[in-house]
Amino acid sequence: MSQKTDQELVRRLAERARRLRVSVLEMIYRAQSGHPGGSLSAAEILVTLYEHELRVDPKNPRWPDRDRFVLAKGHAAPALYVELAERGFFLKSELERFRQIDSILQGHPDMKKTPGVDMSTGSLGQGLSVGIGMALAARLDQKDYHVWALLGDGELDEGQVWEAAAYASFHKLTNITAIVDLNHVQLDGSTREVLAMDPVAEKWRAFGWRVIECDGHSVEELLGSYAAAKGEKSGPTVILARTVKGKGVSFMENNAAWHGAAPTEEQFQQAMVELKQSAAAEQTTKPGRDN
Amino acid sequence: MGITMREAYGRALASLGERDERVVVLDADVSKSTRSVVFLERFPERFFNVGIAEGNMMNIAGGLASCGKIPFVNTFSFLLTLRAGEQLRTGVAYPRLNVKVAGAYIGLSDSFDGATHQDVMDIAVTRAMPNMTVLSLSDHVMAARAVRAAAEFDGPVYLRLHRNETPDLSREEDPFTIGKAVLHRDGSDVTLIPTGIMVGKALEAADLLAKEGISAAVLEIHTIKPIDVEAIVKYADQTGALVTAEEHNILGGLGGAVAEVLGEHRPAVLERVGVADTFAESGAYDALLKKYGLTAEAIVAAARKALARRLTWRSRRRGAHEGRKRCI
Repeated sequence: MSQKTDQELVRRLAERARRLRVSVLEMIYRAQSGHPGGSLSAAEILVTLYEHELRVDPKNPRWPDRDRFVLAKGHAAPALYVELAERGFFLKSELERFRQIDSILQGHPDMKKTPGVDMSTGSLGQGLSVGIGMALAARLDQKDYHVWALLGDGELDEGQVWEAAAYASFHKLTNITAIVDLNHVQLDGSTREVLAMDPVAEKWRAFGWRVIECDGHSVEELLGSYAAAKGEKSGPTVILARTVKGKGVSFMENNAAWHGAAPTEEQFQQAMVELKQSAAAEQTTKPGRDN
Repeated sequence: MGITMREAYGRALASLGERDERVVVLDADVSKSTRSVVFLERFPERFFNVGIAEGNMMNIAGGLASCGKIPFVNTFSFLLTLRAGEQLRTGVAYPRLNVKVAGAYIGLSDSFDGATHQDVMDIAVTRAMPNMTVLSLSDHVMAARAVRAAAEFDGPVYLRLHRNETPDLSREEDPFTIGKAVLHRDGSDVTLIPTGIMVGKALEAADLLAKEGISAAVLEIHTIKPIDVEAIVKYADQTGALVTAEEHNILGGLGGAVAEVLGEHRPAVLERVGVADTFAESGAYDALLKKYGLTAEAIVAAARKALARRLTWRSRRRGAHEGRKRCI
């Protein structure tokens, strides 16, 4: 990939992340229910995975050789659904039925109802273990697919995450990568108020994982981290992606109140204005950065 | 008696592994107790000992099943259904993954270890989970048959396995069909409905009742869910008095399941033999069974009580019926 294509790719995916934020807020506003904070913080992570990294086939969602993705922080379902629709696993019109009766889009991901969802999740602490099961299956079947699990940092409070972390490194699993959406906010407040897991990187290292830290809103850094994680052949890698909860909407940023609340009409309109302005700002600043 | 149910289970797993490469086995550091170690010795590459981490084990099994494997998950039943119960609910039952959960040391069978290791709740927990099939086995032959049946069945299955040697009750050639009750003996006065080790005791009880001139049918329920409604209704019609017997709390177990069937389809007199909503204690297994009322004698007493209640119940119903006629 040439330098120029790289820059085009980065610009395109950054714009996709902005659009994903718009779609996520539309879904939550329409349903008057859902989790905006952790969906907005994971926008770049999901866009880069689904629109660049993952080897999946929307026409054959159960393709045995596909890469697997487990949304351990299942409450970010809106962001996942936007990406699955973008890739063509189902019609975008389904997004309008998010959280409604008889919808294929449940409040938290349901592998039996939604094409492209590899595991039903929503109860925190379980996703990394599920990913290990998938990675072990690949090892047994000598398949080369890669397993990705996206965890929240509040989720690290769950002891089972560390059972899984110990297991994966002890068995030197290299076909699984954990990504932590490190937004420092959980439902009841900041992680530093509720249960600080700092120093997070040292904890993962102590559990035998290689740690890559990056800016979770930088497309470039995320793509680089994925490549580095897959290149590691001695054991599992965790990407600690520093993010901002509620990223892109001023009044939602770093505010625990927006973990699981839907915006009013006024708040929704304001959020749309801010996200449009950020697109305009990108347009004017980008050429300078490219030089 | 020949071998324990758990030994038969381990051997059945290993022979299943021979025939089907998709079969994988997980244990949480108790493989020598559950006897999943028999599989490990044959197929080490398909055996995963996760250490003492039951929640992790259950979700790993779900991940393996999502990729086409048939995982058998092993440890003590209370750990599978309570410690890892939420992982079983969310990570296995909800997505209806093809995971087989083998609960070892059920009931009071880990007798000397005491109430912490005994389990009188597993049926109640697993049968309340949507998508779960719940099997409760009565001897080593049936345990081996159940392993094969569970593997052939597509979906989550809970297998209830006993720690100790149990009397031989079934033969290799007996059919084992998930959801089908087994009639050991027909009778006309009262129906004994046992599961697990209580099947042997119910047969003893039927002999004792015969000496008193009471004809008792013995209908074994090995599939607690989906329960054989047809057979239970048939015997409610035939005898009008029924006694369930289980090594489990009388709340929420087989007794509860049969009460639901009768209440909905065919009201009849029911007595429940089981652990009377209490934690047990350490002690010799037979002593525990005696103290907590899991004996042939307890079944006989319950049968007599059911028959006595049936008499008053029928006369009361007749009275009510005549009372209504008079009003008209």
